[in-house]
Amino acid sequence: MSAADTDLGLARVPAASGSGTVPLLQRVVDRAFRTMTISFGVLVIVLLVGIVYQVLIHAWPAMGQWGVEFLTKPTWDPNTNSYGILAEIAGTLYTSFLALIFGGILGLTVALVTSQGFLSPRWELIFKNLIELLAAIPSVVYGLWGIFVLIPTIRPIAQWLHDSLGFLPFFSTPFKGPGILPSALVLSIMILPTVTAVSREALAAVPARLPAAAYGLGATQWEVIWSVMLPTASGGVFGSLVLGLGRALGETMALAMLVGNAQEFGWSLLSPGTTLAALLANHFPEAGELEVNALMYAALLLLAITLLVNALGTYIMFRTTRNLQGLG
Amino acid sequence: MSASPNPAAAGAELEFSLKNRRTWVNLALTILAIGLAIFAALPLASVLVMLLTRGVPVLSLALFTELPPGAGTVGGGIGNAIVGTIVVVLVASAFALPLGFMAAVYLAEYGGSSPLATAVRFSGKILTGMPSILAGVFAYASVVTLMGSFSAWAGGIATGILMVPVVMLTAEEALRMVPNKMRHAALGMGSTRAQMVLQVVIPTALPAIMTGVMLALARAMGETAPLLFTALFSNYWFEGLGEPIASLAVLIYNFSGSPFENQVELAWAASLVLVVLVLLANITAQFVFRRQKVQ
Amino acid sequence: MHSPHFLRSFHTLLAGLVFLLVGCAKQSEPTPSASVKGATPEPPAAATKVKLIGSGASFPAPIYDRWFKEFTKKDELITVDYQSVGSGQGVKAFVAGHTDFGASDAAMTDEEIKQAKDNVLLLPMTAGSIVLAYNLEGVTDLKLSRDAYTGIFLGTIKKWNDPKIKAANPDAKLPDLPIALVHRSDGSGTTFVFTQHLAAINEAWKTKPGVGKSVEWPTGIGAKGNEGVSAQIKQTPGAIGYIEFAYAVLSKQPMAALENKATKYVAPSLESATASLGAVELPADMRAWVTDPEGEGSYPIVTYTWILAKKKYDDPAKAAALKKVLAWSLTEGQKLSPSLHYIPLPDKVATKVQEAVAQIN
Repeated sequence: MSAADTDLGLARVPAASGSGTVPLLQRVVDRAFRTMTISFGVLVIVLLVGIVYQVLIHAWPAMGQWGVEFLTKPTWDPNTNSYGILAEIAGTLYTSFLALIFGGILGLTVALVTSQGFLSPRWELIFKNLIELLAAIPSVVYGLWGIFVLIPTIRPIAQWLHDSLGFLPFFSTPFKGPGILPSALVLSIMILPTVTAVSREALAAVPARLPAAAYGLGATQWEVIWSVMLPTASGGVFGSLVLGLGRALGETMALAMLVGNAQEFGWSLLSPGTTLAALLANHFPEAGELEVNALMYAALLLLAITLLVNALGTYIMFRTTRNLQGLG
Repeated sequence: MSASPNPAAAGAELEFSLKNRRTWVNLALTILAIGLAIFAALPLASVLVMLLTRGVPVLSLALFTELPPGAGTVGGGIGNAIVGTIVVVLVASAFALPLGFMAAVYLAEYGGSSPLATAVRFSGKILTGMPSILAGVFAYASVVTLMGSFSAWAGGIATGILMVPVVMLTAEEALRMVPNKMRHAALGMGSTRAQMVLQVVIPTALPAIMTGVMLALARAMGETAPLLFTALFSNYWFEGLGEPIASLAVLIYNFSGSPFENQVELAWAASLVLVVLVLLANITAQFVFRRQKVQ
Repeated sequence: MHSPHFLRSFHTLLAGLVFLLVGCAKQSEPTPSASVKGATPEPPAAATKVKLIGSGASFPAPIYDRWFKEFTKKDELITVDYQSVGSGQGVKAFVAGHTDFGASDAAMTDEEIKQAKDNVLLLPMTAGSIVLAYNLEGVTDLKLSRDAYTGIFLGTIKKWNDPKIKAANPDAKLPDLPIALVHRSDGSGTTFVFTQHLAAINEAWKTKPGVGKSVEWPTGIGAKGNEGVSAQIKQTPGAIGYIEFAYAVLSKQPMAALENKATKYVAPSLESATASLGAVELPADMRAWVTDPEGEGSYPIVTYTWILAKKKYDDPAKAAALKKVLAWSLTEGQKLSPSLHYIPLPDKVATKVQEAVAQIN
């Protein structure tokens, strides 16, 4: 800094005096830089507003025309311009919640196994990196894997489930291939890293005195986990599940490739279905004006759902970290 | 190995007996948990094994130098898709890196907890959770419609939208981690705010910022939905940013639904190349940049 | 402040990326391409490269791919980049002006032509048939009566050993397997032609699901493009779906022989399809379909497929290039059709289309 000052031939006054004059050029640069950063900050807001605006102005006519009926109709027919996203909403929620159950249980288990002293620190690190690797794989590759590996692998199991447990609504239709079950399984793998990472953080935030006290009273590892770790970290663990759900709700590609694109909804895990994101991916490129409006209405809902869930998750994490600080 | 801590009674011995219900329940749960954890890692193993067994045999010079094959023709390669992915990510970075980075500087150095800064941070959080298809829709409505054609520009901007929040939030965190004493030292020597930020804070935080950038790049390379109706696809080599462009992600998507064996094999090979690129970016982020700690 | 090691690796990375980008841009020819829209008119005879961008139907994609590659071998200055995205997307992109030409088996509706401000020429380039490919182990010569295949697609026939299917295939070992229907998930000209045929032979189909590039199927899985439907059928035991003949042949899938108007079972082939097409008279706007062909040897589901071109282009170089490509496809290209499993245009039709192509400017 001093070199620059003397290069410019400007006198340098120590700021400690508090009343020194800063050279004009530097003042200008200083203000300009500040203004620049503020404008870029504003640009980020503008970007978000721009996206929401684009979706809104196209969705508005559709909202006016169909209102709430849009959410309860199960048909999507461009020929008669009759649109409804009941099947898509149901499919989105069903696959995401299933993914949450599988991915949540697995994710929490992995978080526990890699943080509660079951493994040596070296293995903990290896496992942690392996799970992070899961997050790095692009969703289109998961889709490819789902088509050529997962579906053929679960086909015999699915047939058996239908044949022997077909009276249950969950297995009441024959397995055709793409559908709810493969989608939910792939989704659960995709949200696993999120659940694991955030749960691990939540578990790490539990003050060490608490489990130590439990061990001191003679508890086994799992008794400590059940009665001390999980209850204390429950806020954070719940937050991790909500964040995982948020991730699942917005997933596009893997589902477009695996959900079956059938305009229907059924409780059967073996049936094909559809989701909001897949609807957009499939129909947007060829949609005429009316259909675009309907699609933007669906997009608005998708945006609203993911926004709400993510905000909820972030809020929960914020609250729990605050609460835990009191225990430290 | 788990040994139940000894009871408070003085003189009692440490015992580990499976006849004790609590002990074997603990052991059973441990086995179950580790089993589930291994089960959770199985899909990863499966994906990697498939990528290697179906992708590696297709690796050859032709893979990188030839163009994608048409329906029912033999051979072909993914050269233009590799180039295309790099081009699209570069366009995305040109748009997202300055935006995200400067916004992060604002948040960390000037904004603090002012209402504007809170709004900016909130926007970033919302953008993080946005479904990728919506970035494509926005880029279609703005760039494609304005330019009148599908292009690498549109694809780059759509992908860039997804990079912005990652860059912004990780850069802000990186900047915040620079100790305040360095800021005070600079100001104490008479520097202006801008000088302090530009010449002290940013260089110090640069390794951590680069980590965030590499992670954003890794994510951008794998995104498909933003490119579907913006960059479309091309069967030829890259010739200009104003034209449709190939990409690994779209190639995988297209060829995954192909009945032709050679196209499916190329989808696997492209997946392998893509995952390798993504992993390289992640490893660069973790090791090359994290190694450089603040001196 | 930073170790030299860090700065070195950072700069190397940056340099590497820049080098990669520059090197890749140089991959293309150094001569400037005339692909900027609305450029000041140049004489078409100038030695500049032209790149035409088109998208649309997956139905003719195999033959278009081949034509365009062959043409560039002949004339290096003109390249055509065609994307198989489905007729729906092809029409929309063309109408919006995002592509230089489109392709659709559903031609264009009056509404769509109006949206394109009438600056449209519909050019039938080739023809093909739609077949019902299936995946049934041990069954090679499936025959489907009209009742059978309309029932399957309406969802009323759910299993392969249904009596209606058995009736036409007494010797076949039809398993007690549910029928896995595969249809299109994207807007498709193939869907349009197929549903048009179903509506022609079945009253119930006319009202619901009706005819269109995109309809609401009573049952089944959706896949993207003719490619996706073929792949899905291949991967799913018990599947059946409608795809273009070339796809079934190229991916080696069995096709059903269908009952035609003359109550004969006709297997799909170039001969049976050509027989059906002979009856079509092309009107002036060149849109015509034969939804239920007469004749004993006629295969019941055939169609032309159209390239959508503009009557007037802003860029004369593009207009000239497109004319050359289309003219070649209508003469030399037709000779390649049989080997690629598409029906060559009847001479009368080819002449008519040539006249239309001459109008492009």
